[in-house]
Amino acid sequence: MTARALPAPVRALRRPMGALAGGWLLLVILMAVLAPLITPYAYDIQSLKEAYQPASSAHWLGTDEFGRDLLTRLIHGARTSLSVSGIAIFLSVLCGMVLGAAAAWFGGWFDRAVTVVVDLTWSFPEILIALILVAIIGPGTTGTMVAISVAYLAQFTRLTRAQILTLRGETFIEAARSLGASNSHILRRHLLPNALAPVLVSAMLATGDAIILEATLGFFGLGAQPPVPSWGGMMSAGSALIFKAPWIIVFPGLTVAVTVVAINLFGDALIAELDIRNRMGGRA
Amino acid sequence: MTDPLIRLDGLSRRFDTGGGLLKAPRSMMAVRDVSLSIAPGEVLGVVGESGCGKSTLARLVLRLIEPTSGRVTFDGTDLTALRPGALRTARRRMAMVFQDPYSSLDPRYTLAEVLAEPFVVQRRPVAQDALTEMLDAVGLPSAMLGSHPHQLSGGQRQRVGIARALALRPDFVVLDEPTASLDVSIQAQIIDLLSDLRSRMGLTYLFISHDLGLVRYFCDRVVVMYLGAVVEVLPRADAAPRHPYTRALIDSGFAPDPSLRRQIAPLSGEIPSPFNLPPGCTFAGRCPRATDLCRRQRPPLEGEGDHPVACFHPY
Amino acid sequence: MTALLEVSGVSVAIGALPLLDGISLSVRRGQILGLVGESGSGKSLTAMAAMGLLPLIGGRVTAGAVRFDGQDLAGMTEGQRRALRGRRIGFVTQNPMTALDPVQRVGDQVDVVSRLHLGLSKSAARARTIDLMAQLRIPEAGAVAEAWPHQLSGGMKQRIVIAMALAGDPDLIIADEPTTALDVTVQAQIIQILGSLVRDRGVALLLITHDMGVVAQICDRVAVLYAGRLAEEGPVGPIFAAPAHPYTAALIGCIPQDGMAKGSLHGIPGAVPSARAFPPGCRFHPRCARATPECTRDVPPLLPRGVGSAACFHMTPEAG
Repeated sequence: MTARALPAPVRALRRPMGALAGGWLLLVILMAVLAPLITPYAYDIQSLKEAYQPASSAHWLGTDEFGRDLLTRLIHGARTSLSVSGIAIFLSVLCGMVLGAAAAWFGGWFDRAVTVVVDLTWSFPEILIALILVAIIGPGTTGTMVAISVAYLAQFTRLTRAQILTLRGETFIEAARSLGASNSHILRRHLLPNALAPVLVSAMLATGDAIILEATLGFFGLGAQPPVPSWGGMMSAGSALIFKAPWIIVFPGLTVAVTVVAINLFGDALIAELDIRNRMGGRA
Repeated sequence: MTDPLIRLDGLSRRFDTGGGLLKAPRSMMAVRDVSLSIAPGEVLGVVGESGCGKSTLARLVLRLIEPTSGRVTFDGTDLTALRPGALRTARRRMAMVFQDPYSSLDPRYTLAEVLAEPFVVQRRPVAQDALTEMLDAVGLPSAMLGSHPHQLSGGQRQRVGIARALALRPDFVVLDEPTASLDVSIQAQIIDLLSDLRSRMGLTYLFISHDLGLVRYFCDRVVVMYLGAVVEVLPRADAAPRHPYTRALIDSGFAPDPSLRRQIAPLSGEIPSPFNLPPGCTFAGRCPRATDLCRRQRPPLEGEGDHPVACFHPY
Repeated sequence: MTALLEVSGVSVAIGALPLLDGISLSVRRGQILGLVGESGSGKSLTAMAAMGLLPLIGGRVTAGAVRFDGQDLAGMTEGQRRALRGRRIGFVTQNPMTALDPVQRVGDQVDVVSRLHLGLSKSAARARTIDLMAQLRIPEAGAVAEAWPHQLSGGMKQRIVIAMALAGDPDLIIADEPTTALDVTVQAQIIQILGSLVRDRGVALLLITHDMGVVAQICDRVAVLYAGRLAEEGPVGPIFAAPAHPYTAALIGCIPQDGMAKGSLHGIPGAVPSARAFPPGCRFHPRCARATPECTRDVPPLLPRGVGSAACFHMTPEAG
């Protein structure tokens, strides 16, 4: 009983894989938040005579082509990458839930219009949508953020709509109506709360994809603009030097990979803990 | 005779299934021209097999779905004419217990929250005592208030469903197969509870079931439905059936007594598709008494005082 | 006469959790044994043990033996057991809606059983299928054989499932709640069909049901299960006339019957305990009106009583 009372993310942390993945994510987030306080150097001070240094006691991960400390830039890069993808997904979930819930609820032409637009965007790769949007808005963190959130909007709209449509057939919705519940009561108390868990899990997993998308845009030079570091931007700079100073691309690349894997593993633990089947009375 | 609490006049509901790429749109009458009344304090049973429209009828009575035509009058008020706000207020006096005790409770909420919902919805203060009292009335310990539905057995969940229905002290409760998903041993408990609550709270019930034996045990009068229409109204639960279909239903029940073993003359033929009803009596294809007249013309529901039957050749 | 299926003292566990405790029952050819109890009493598990299917759900027999036609199931290879199922044991499931493959014509699904188990040719199998379907009173069997499952009603589908169970010409049919998902008029038909099958073909039928009415109508013997133990077993007539075990009496008493006075229908208080919380002593004692301190302490042994047997310290004496 007591175990059930804890929130699902905490319970996910008690699983071995969840603990490992969650630990890494907490570490990355913590470092991103505290970046200016914990980094040994400033991220934008160049020192050409210290350029291309491999890992040493002074520079744990070495330096880049301008002699900047790679660890410092990696930590500041986490700040950019995580905040851009996190905020983008947050906006995407917010808009997606509103759109999806409205489409499912009102039905009719509005639902058809939303479905058509969503299906259209669904049939393009996210990267293409993001590239077009960045081209329109212009490169930089704001552009990247908007691009990512629009790219994932279809996913959350669709998921929310499907959830609400399924839930609408549940007897407890009919029961609420038979008590005299208004539409807004049913939406607030039953439909949205029950739809939330699966949407949040999928948002968590999408954040992993969004980090890759953000890195990709950064790699193309469309993300955060120099000297502000981002993981993608760092990899982009390192790609030209892959034989001369491989660590410049390897460390950001590894960080992205490990973070994304961690997000997915933690997501899996969360799904197992949420056990949505059980919540629906053992009959999903 | 007292005024009825509920009156249905010519209630009908059509369902259209949307045509697809390869399918033409079709429509069926789930409920056809049903007129009934229920007196205060009465238990009216509606019995029929799957697809007979009994669950649709239950929802039409509470206007959980809109009728295609016809009227529902509750204590003199025409429910079918009420605007949404007035309808919500009117719902204080009526309630429903659902068949599936698993999906009728929102898995996210504790029993306390489930039982408080009727008050919240009707903008009334929630008294903690009232919640405990409700649980007590349906025979559950008050310690369960903090439990979630998944921690309860099917029978316990159905008790919660009943407590929720009775929270606002309604006059009229629709019971839509409240025991069909439960074991027979638990069914008897729930039926006991329902009849006990009825006498304590002066309730009027509309009891929907597929089990004629159960309906005849529990109800004062019994309405028999077949393919959307009423074919017979038994004025007393123990009245002898006049319609061949009612008789077939009774014959299909097995008494738990091997000395009453018998050869059943099984109904031949299949139930016609509700999308494509035959022109005459809808039961004619399976009826041992059917004649040409039955296949040509649909018999009206009429006859002999308080025991109407829709059959040209009743028993 | 020897029993075709003999379950003797079988206990079953899934993992470390004991679920069945010393179940004994037997079915002969031409006989119908009803296996009754509430959900959670272990009926379906007993059937799975009888078919040697426990490994499917991670279960195992921890004591006792299942013998089919004198052979111990435990002594067979999995291949031999598989040959037994389908060929000599036919199985009818509760839900005909999910027992049929939606993308195969129903006739083909019946054909495949006799082709596989009896080695019939395609045309011989089809002739046999149509013959079986006619025996099950399916009108225009030839046309129905060409139909897809979704074109048939629930009762018709259940008859197809029974035809599949019969196609291998089995000696034993195990039917798990075969009519629960069906309408009452259709249930009456199917029950009657099952009954005449047993008489006409001399097969043995193990009928799992929760409905004492069905048992009274067609079974020869009945075994009442409660919380993984046998409460009572014996011929239907004497047991219904005077059930020895209070649980049997309660199961009979909770069926509404015509002419019953209002208020005379009695449920069984409480619910079947879960396997994790079986009470000590007689497992029925928390719900039993006759329970004494002895019942809460000791496990009542299964003792002979008239022509049957029952496990209760306070058995009702036999009727006259």
